[in-house]
Amino acid sequence: MLKFFAARLFQAIPVLFVVITATFFLVHSAPGGPFDAEKTLPAEVLDNLNARYNLDDPLYKQYLSYMGNLVQGDFGPSFRYSNRSVTEMILTGLPITFELALYAMLIALIIGVSAGIVASIKPNTAQDYIPMSLAMAGICMPSFLMGPLLVLIFGISLDWLPVSGWGYAPGDKILPAITLGTGYAAYIARLTRGGMIEVLGQDYIRTAKAKGLPTPTIIYRHALRGGLAPVLAFLGPAFAGLLAGSFVVETIFQIPGLGRFYVQAAFNRDYTMILGTTILLSTLIVVFNILSDILTVWLNPRLTLKD
Amino acid sequence: MTTTQLKNTHSNSDYGSYSLWREASYRLKKNTMAMLGFWTLLALFAIAACTPWLAPYAYENQNLALGASPPSAQHLLGTDIHGRDLLTRLMYGSRVSLLVGFAATAVSLVIGILWGTIAGYIGGRIDAVMMRIVDILYALPFMIFIILLMVVFGRSFLLLFLAIGLVEWLTMARIVRAQVLSVRKQEYIDAAIVTGLAHWQIIYRHVMPNILGPVIVYITLTIPSVILLESFLSFLGLGIQPPQSSWGVLISRGVESMEEYPWLLIFPGLTLSITLFSLNFLGDGLRDALDPRTAKN
Repeated sequence: MLKFFAARLFQAIPVLFVVITATFFLVHSAPGGPFDAEKTLPAEVLDNLNARYNLDDPLYKQYLSYMGNLVQGDFGPSFRYSNRSVTEMILTGLPITFELALYAMLIALIIGVSAGIVASIKPNTAQDYIPMSLAMAGICMPSFLMGPLLVLIFGISLDWLPVSGWGYAPGDKILPAITLGTGYAAYIARLTRGGMIEVLGQDYIRTAKAKGLPTPTIIYRHALRGGLAPVLAFLGPAFAGLLAGSFVVETIFQIPGLGRFYVQAAFNRDYTMILGTTILLSTLIVVFNILSDILTVWLNPRLTLKD
Repeated sequence: MTTTQLKNTHSNSDYGSYSLWREASYRLKKNTMAMLGFWTLLALFAIAACTPWLAPYAYENQNLALGASPPSAQHLLGTDIHGRDLLTRLMYGSRVSLLVGFAATAVSLVIGILWGTIAGYIGGRIDAVMMRIVDILYALPFMIFIILLMVVFGRSFLLLFLAIGLVEWLTMARIVRAQVLSVRKQEYIDAAIVTGLAHWQIIYRHVMPNILGPVIVYITLTIPSVILLESFLSFLGLGIQPPQSSWGVLISRGVESMEEYPWLLIFPGLTLSITLFSLNFLGDGLRDALDPRTAKN
């Protein structure tokens, strides 16, 4: 197990190296600099700024010094917000994005798994069709549509919940988490249903039924472990998707998380901020994919870990 | 057995059994939701294709005096704050969104099929390396890279569907490779090699017909995800740029004024959702129809 984990992690290092390098040169080849503001700066000021951020050095030198700093956990200064470093901004944004993704994941799992189980018990009946149609609706309702609609209904018409912010008012975390979670709840419902139907057709389930066990016991004691395997395999990619999906949700609800920083950095051509967030998110996603691989194998002894 | 062979043997037999495709289309026709999706999409394509003749107003037409007005007899879906007819803008937006959906899917299709066929047909070490690359790319956050590409190279239309197509081919390559791999082991491929057919002939005549089913299914599932991606980018302001409209652009404008003029959000949102709904149902239906094993579930 440890060997497998180490091997996968070791394999991830060159991948991340390529990603970082590619991103660095891609961003630096972009036309237009970070200081192309609405008002043109005087030439001396521009020269000074370029000198301060070492933008007048040859590209390979900038690259080497960036990599050197990165190894020490220093993402460099933000080009846009001169008094803040990228590391600082990431440290304030990341916990918020993480918290949001975590709540969304919980919502997705609770709704998705229960809907999937309900549907799988009596396939091709109303008990199956109703939750599965809702799941399909959830998949077809993108977050940038779901979010505003929820705001319109619960925030503005009913005035039950706050419509923006994060941790400023009680309940302001509910709508963003639901918005981000529903799409994944729908996927998880479909995966759960598929996995459960397959497991429920197995011989050992028939044996359990023949023993006279009640349906809930069969489901929880015998079927869930196998039936949830597809869901577990999906958790890594799902978490990655949640982190990426946080762009839209954080923009809609004005949440000061990493996703919003990224989108702003993209608009502002804040090189170091774009680089920092890309590197961080790539690393996180690679790690989550490895974790979900391990979890899948751990729960299914018939699979073995291969590096 | 290839599908063509299936057809021949079956049409000659007296048992009255169906070919794979006839059986599949029969199963598909019985699936109400899938057929509903199919007809909805057909209608949508027809409208999008004929928009320049069907649209009630000219695309640039503004009526600043009118401003935003709710749906009425003159403007069936209302107008936006510049007094532009929403139905017209939605029709033109559908052209853009559908075009991006299909063009990007086509890009991913070409790359995916080439990659998957080469890996699966040659096999061995080349296969291992090619699929490893796919595995590695799978683990990367592509949303971020698309945004990055759009920022670096400017927000051009061509780049948008190239970028999306370049990241959507991975699953296609996997599906194609798995399929090619299983066909490759069949005895009739050995027979074809023995008779002296060139490799490209074998691929074209014997391998391609067999990967068609899963590929068609996956196309119907890729198009909605591409459309969604484009809308997502346009919503963030990184995709299609105004004055050109797409569903994402319209929804994003609609959100800005949803409190005062909710119809500006509701109609584009509804169009997008219905399209995604139809494509997903059609894709699911096709999968069940072409693969009898899954149809039972």
